[in-house]
Amino acid sequence: MNINFTLVSQAIAFSIFIWFTVKFVWPPLLRAIEDRQKQIADGLAAGERGKKELELASQRSSDTLKAAKQRANEIVIQAEKRAADIIDEAKLAAKEEGKKIIAGAKAEIEHEIFSAREVLRQQVSSLAVQGATKILRREIDSKAHADLLTSLETELK
Amino acid sequence: MASETELTPTSYIQHHLTNLTTNIGEGPFWVLHIDTLVMSVLLGVLSLGAIWMIVRTATSGVPSKKQAFVELLIEFIDDQVKNTFHGDRHSFVAPAALTIFVWVLILNAMDLLPIDIMAAVYENVFGLHNWRSVPTTDVNTTFALALSIWILTIYFGIKVKGIGGWLGELVFSPFGKNPILWPLNLLFNLIEYVSKPLSHSLRLFGNIYAGEIIFLLLGMWAATGAAGAVFGAILGAGWAIFHILIVTLQAFIFMMLTVVYLSMAQESH
Repeated sequence: MNINFTLVSQAIAFSIFIWFTVKFVWPPLLRAIEDRQKQIADGLAAGERGKKELELASQRSSDTLKAAKQRANEIVIQAEKRAADIIDEAKLAAKEEGKKIIAGAKAEIEHEIFSAREVLRQQVSSLAVQGATKILRREIDSKAHADLLTSLETELK
Repeated sequence: MASETELTPTSYIQHHLTNLTTNIGEGPFWVLHIDTLVMSVLLGVLSLGAIWMIVRTATSGVPSKKQAFVELLIEFIDDQVKNTFHGDRHSFVAPAALTIFVWVLILNAMDLLPIDIMAAVYENVFGLHNWRSVPTTDVNTTFALALSIWILTIYFGIKVKGIGGWLGELVFSPFGKNPILWPLNLLFNLIEYVSKPLSHSLRLFGNIYAGEIIFLLLGMWAATGAAGAVFGAILGAGWAIFHILIVTLQAFIFMMLTVVYLSMAQESH
């Protein structure tokens, strides 16, 4: 246990080692560690941001979905209303048409009745004339009573 | 045991505790312990060089296993320094703490090498009769470290507080600025300044030196016969395992005290 020059030489070696560590060993690794810490922090921040954005997007999508549903509902309601309108219109038109057809039919019937009656009348009048002719043939000279017969015929027509 | 001369317990211990010396001048001071110097510089270059090689290729991406190990070490030390030292630790204190921890740890760890086998290797391979493997069992090493740090504390104290502030603190604290108390304050501070490097260096030296002595005693016991060899081997293994803790703990304590002294030097009382 004797103090000697070894102490001085060891102190010099110690100083050199400290200088070496301060200069060459510590800074690069510290830089690497700090860079990695920064990268991790950035990554975490990005993840957080992504999560927030996802939340926003899902919020937006649900909003859009809700709006679309509402719109679809409106469209359905409108369509139903329109359908009801069309049906009503169609009913109205059909009624009109029916009325028209009925009216036409009625007119036709009237016409038929009229012409039938006319025919009937003609027939009746000719029958009557024939009957009268037959009756009168014996008593009336057709030549003498021709104008009378003609006038009767026109009257019956 | 490598000695061919008569083997007594005294000569055995003395052989293991004798440094390889060389005189570089007149007087007892101008002596160099070659073994201490070569071992410490060699181990320092190896350990710090290995760390440097790994750090040179350090990436901020996915680290290799080696880089992850060095990062663990550096972050562990950085954490310790951060808790104790307030200020810019990256420019000096934290790397210095890393140097001290790694270097002292590897120097202490030489204590775990089997002394007699190593002595035989030194004797027969390198032809060195006296060669001590553990530089921290040389009081010169521990004093060199402690005194360097002591000078650094004074340097940082003056740098932070200015020469006036530093001298003022010597006479004004810890008891107060009353002139009657000045001599007492000065005495107190001088005792503190003397005791710091002494306790700092002798704690490390004492622990590692005592550990080596225990190994030597167990080695002596092993030489007494079969029973001694068995017990010596078992207890030697036990002591070596326990010594792993001491080796690490002393390196850690030495580093922490360095950081504490340096941070105390920069803070006002």
